[in-house]
Amino acid sequence: MKFGVVVFPGSNCDQDCLDVLRDVLGQPAVPLWHQETSLKGCDAVVLPGGFSYGDYLRTGAIARFSPIMRSVARLAKDGGLVLGVCNGFQILLEAGLLPGAMLRNTGLRFICRFVTLRVERADTPFTNRFQPGQVIRLPIAHNEGRYTADAKTLKAIRDHVVFRYCDEDGRVTDAANPNGSAGALAGLTNERGNVLGMMPHPERASDSALGSSDGRLVFESMLEAMVHA
Amino acid sequence: MKAKICITLKAGLLDAQGKTIKQALESLGFQGVQGVRVGKYLEIELNHGSVGATRKDVERMCQKLLANPIVETYRIDLGS
Repeated sequence: MKFGVVVFPGSNCDQDCLDVLRDVLGQPAVPLWHQETSLKGCDAVVLPGGFSYGDYLRTGAIARFSPIMRSVARLAKDGGLVLGVCNGFQILLEAGLLPGAMLRNTGLRFICRFVTLRVERADTPFTNRFQPGQVIRLPIAHNEGRYTADAKTLKAIRDHVVFRYCDEDGRVTDAANPNGSAGALAGLTNERGNVLGMMPHPERASDSALGSSDGRLVFESMLEAMVHA
Repeated sequence: MKAKICITLKAGLLDAQGKTIKQALESLGFQGVQGVRVGKYLEIELNHGSVGATRKDVERMCQKLLANPIVETYRIDLGS
């Protein structure tokens, strides 16, 4: 399975994603410059973290108009897997590929640390290698991670929340919510389940030498889903 | 013609910056500060002929790019 990692000006997690896909997952993976329009035959696409366009105006607001995004939207429409991590999640929201928006963390601080997450759905193409309710450790690194949507949308996405911030025992509490995100949401899929946005960085936790290898299961799940599609 | 655009978070959404600034003003001794909302201000120079056409275009700019209608509201003032 061939993976593509989109590179926007200001992306800074693209190389980490490529390394994990190539060296940990053992799959062909290519960078896709944002000005290109071809996905080069990739079966799945990752929008990596970083500061696309310097976060000018709003996070992801300008990147969503990059030429490559039309092809990403088409892939999503055709059922292909699209994973947005951190800034990639913010871009998916701005592009309307996922509902809602991100606001600045309640504490107004850029938060860079490991968090614990509860896997709410283990039946998606991104989480089939997890157990439902499993508590995992992944790092976050963001300033705008407070997910927000209107009441109607929050109700509609209840079953599409894939990861929630929780304490070490899996309890979703205010204290365990690092950024004030609605419903402690950390990861969200679209209705069809083939687009996932998540604020934590699975690519930074895909090798036990880095403190956690829980993130590797996200990529392994994608591979599993595509091989058996 | 110049379009002056003011973008703020929708009422009801927690404006964390505004809240912090309010606390800072209070700690400086300013009394009676009821609330602070922080926003963005943009000036756009346009050479459209009519006010109507300009307003229509700037509205579209706000809807498509400048503001995120999910969380923000905007106000447009046209002048020279």
